[in-house]
Amino acid sequence: MSSARDVTDASFQSDVLESEKPIMVDFWAEWCGPCRAVSPILDQIAAEHSDKLDIVKLNVDHNPETAMKYGITSIPAMYVFQKGEVVKRVIGAKPKPALEADLAEFLA
Amino acid sequence: MRQIIIIGSGPAGYTAAIYAARANLHPLLIASSVEFGGELMKTTEVDNFPGFDEGIMGPELMMKMQAQAERFGTEIVYDDVTSLELAGDVKKVTLGDGTVHEALSVIYATGSAYRKLGLEDETRLSGYGVSWCATCDGAFFRQKKVAVIGGGDSALEEATFLTRFADKVYLVHRRDTLRASAVMQDRAAADPKIEFLFNNEVAHIYGDEKVSGIGLVNTVDGTETTLDVTGMFVAIGSDPRTHLVHGQLDLSEVGTIAVEGRSSRTNLPGVFAAGDVIDPTYKQAVTAAGSGTVAALDAEHYLADLAPELLALAAPEAATV
Repeated sequence: MSSARDVTDASFQSDVLESEKPIMVDFWAEWCGPCRAVSPILDQIAAEHSDKLDIVKLNVDHNPETAMKYGITSIPAMYVFQKGEVVKRVIGAKPKPALEADLAEFLA
Repeated sequence: MRQIIIIGSGPAGYTAAIYAARANLHPLLIASSVEFGGELMKTTEVDNFPGFDEGIMGPELMMKMQAQAERFGTEIVYDDVTSLELAGDVKKVTLGDGTVHEALSVIYATGSAYRKLGLEDETRLSGYGVSWCATCDGAFFRQKKVAVIGGGDSALEEATFLTRFADKVYLVHRRDTLRASAVMQDRAAADPKIEFLFNNEVAHIYGDEKVSGIGLVNTVDGTETTLDVTGMFVAIGSDPRTHLVHGQLDLSEVGTIAVEGRSSRTNLPGVFAAGDVIDPTYKQAVTAAGSGTVAALDAEHYLADLAPELLALAAPEAATV
C-alpha cells in the first residue's frame, strides 16, 4: 500500500486546508482495486516532486465526513487543494504519464 | 532479446505466460501500469471458474494466476505499451517509460474496454455519478437510487451488487429480453430492490456538478420518462482493444483481431492473439484462459521452427533486456 501519510476527518483542516504547499488528497478504500493500482504511482510522483506538491491519502470508509463533504462518488479520486480550496480533480486510476499531464501545473 | 513477450495480464495473458514459462521460453509479460489483472480486478465473487467450487474473488483469482506464472519464471513489468513494431523477425515493444523490448514472438492479449453510451454528458459526469465499476463506486450510493444500463451478465451482476448499498436499482435495457445467464436473471428478478425497465434507452443525463437524474426514451412507443437517480452504472458491453495494432494486424468484421481458424495466428508470422481481443462472442475468464493456452502453444511451435541463428539471439543468457 501507499507510503503516503494518512489524513483523517479530524486532521483535514490542519493537514490539508491550512497547508502552505499545494497538497493532493488521494481518496481511497481497501476494497478498491484501481486505488491499489494507482497508489505506487502516486508515491513515485510524490517522491519526484516533494518540493512542489504534497500527496496524502484519506480512507473514505474511515473518514466518511470528508468524503461526503467533497461529494466523492468514485474512487480513486485525487483532489488538489490550494489555500483550502479544491483547484484540481482527477478521477480514476491512470498511468503515470497521464497523471503527470493532469497535474502538470503543480509539478512544474 | 526475448523469445516471447506477452502483452496483457488478464486470464489470457497469464495463462499464456504459465504455458510459455513451463516451456522454458522465459516470457516477459507487460501487465499495464494501472489495469493489471484485467477486468476481473473489478469484480467480486467469480462462481463460474472451474476448480473453485466455493467461488473466488476476482482480484484473488488474478493474483493466483500471476503467482502461478511467476512461479515458472515469467518476468512481469507494470507499464503500458505505447507502440509496437510487429512485422519482421524481431518484434519491438515500446513502453511508457521509453524502454524498448525486443522478441522473436508476441502474444497480444489486451482484452477489451468498456463501451460508452456515447452521450455528451457521459464523459463530463464520469466520476460524478456516471460509473463503469459498481464494485469501486457502489458504496457511495448508500440509501440512494441508481440505474444500471445493460442486459448482459455484467449488468445484472452490477445491479445485484448495488442492492447491498442502494435502496433502489433500476435495470434499464433497450430490448425486451435479457442476454444474461438464467441464474443471474433469476437472482435479479427475485430481488425486491431491482426494477426492470425494458425497451428503454438513455437519452439524457442530468446534473451540473453531479448526476441528478437520467432521461429515458421508450424504444417501442417513444414515451419519455425521467428517473431521479444519483448514480448511473454503464454495463453495455465492451470493445476489443486494438488501437496499438491498427495498420499492422488484420481485424475481423466486428473489430476483433482476425486469427486463422481455431488457432491464435494473426496475419503476421510470430504474432499471436488471445482472449477477449479475438473473441466477439463468449468473453469468459475460462475461454480467455483457454485462448491463452492456444497462443502459447502456437508460439512455441513457431519458435521451434525458427532458424537457429535467430533463436541464438534470444538465448536465455542474452535475455537481459
